Amino acid sequence: MASAPRILYCHCKYAQVVPKDQKELVLRALCDSGSAFEAVADLCELSARRDPSLQRLASNGSVKIAACFPRAVKWLFHQAGAPLVLDQTEVLNMRTQSAAEIIPELLSSEVHPNLPTGKFTAPHAEPVS
Amino acid sequence: MALKDPSLRVVLYEGAGAEPLTEDDRFSTVHALLESGFGVTRPSVAAGAVSPQDSSPLLVLGRWGAAGPPELEAEAAVPIHFRELEPAAGPDKLLAMVETARAKTETAQPGGWKPWFPVIDYDRCTNCMQCLSFCLFGVYGVDGERRIQVQNQDNCKTNCPACSRVCPEAAIMFPKYKAGPINGDIVSDSDLQREKMKIDISSLLGGDIYEMLRNRSERAKSRFSKERDSDKALTERQKCLIKLAQSGDIPPEVLMSLPGPEEIARRAEEAAAKAKAALAPLPTP
Repeated sequence: MASAPRILYCHCKYAQVVPKDQKELVLRALCDSGSAFEAVADLCELSARRDPSLQRLASNGSVKIAACFPRAVKWLFHQAGAPLVLDQTEVLNMRTQSAAEIIPELLSSEVHPNLPTGKFTAPHAEPVS
Repeated sequence: MALKDPSLRVVLYEGAGAEPLTEDDRFSTVHALLESGFGVTRPSVAAGAVSPQDSSPLLVLGRWGAAGPPELEAEAAVPIHFRELEPAAGPDKLLAMVETARAKTETAQPGGWKPWFPVIDYDRCTNCMQCLSFCLFGVYGVDGERRIQVQNQDNCKTNCPACSRVCPEAAIMFPKYKAGPINGDIVSDSDLQREKMKIDISSLLGGDIYEMLRNRSERAKSRFSKERDSDKALTERQKCLIKLAQSGDIPPEVLMSLPGPEEIARRAEEAAAKAKAALAPLPTP
């Protein structure tokens, strides 16, 4: 039996792009859940610093990440020399998804990998909510 | 900013030998640490797992009670520090304790820099080197295989996404940018067209911006070789910068911090030379 996915939460501390309420609802749910998790203040900062912790977070099996756009998360890790495993990573986007959508998915033991796996150009612009 | 320094791994421990925290205490502790730039690992015996230990120094916070924190049975491979998480100690005391441990372990100090820098989507990047040619601040470079890469993140100008606009493939992201596709959102055909239009600063200015500034510098030299009209040159530059700011979302403070035309020309030439070298055919063995 596959082990439960690890959970990683990014607080996106250094920018206001993720709504504060959204972040706090997700974080609160994690703290109340009894599940193990790892929380980082800001994935961008760790990536810029090529922090060794990204290697630890990227490897070691499946992982669910509550952060921002999957494309950004994929290449932030890559740029830090810690590429995520494409078929073992699910990114939940706190910029576009509601906490109500994210929380059950984050705490579920199923992983729905959604990192981009190649160049994709949509025929129409996706609205950013 | 010191890059590549490991960060302190703060562990919130509630397992055997420690008292569990209330949900509110757990949330307020984790939240306070994150707001101060520290990451937190919360292991659980109930569900899930966390990443195994690596070379990062550990600070283990827990309510150990009268028994105190556990003794290490053998010399640990990495420094491990245990600290008592006092009930109702308040965030200031908690953060002071964690900061003291951080300083002691000589791990990276969080904060002090908004992590604003380009991130390359290599699924889209064609290695055309336009970003390298464009950037005046040495953010880009090439690796051993002459592949474009971001080398000096902390040289990047906060809130300036200008280089992403010169990328014909919308392959450059700034994850903290407000809008897609620069923020990492899916790229659409219309984005590609729009980005192309937005970045075409040159069309607004009648030519490549650096070329234009270079030409202006040359004209200025001949025109004002004996009596240079610095006020007029400054006015012209300001007009140019305003147009740039309006066309490209570039913060005025970034534009105003640009060096003078001669220095811009020098840096642009340097960047162009790096790009040219990266694109030159490899010598045959």
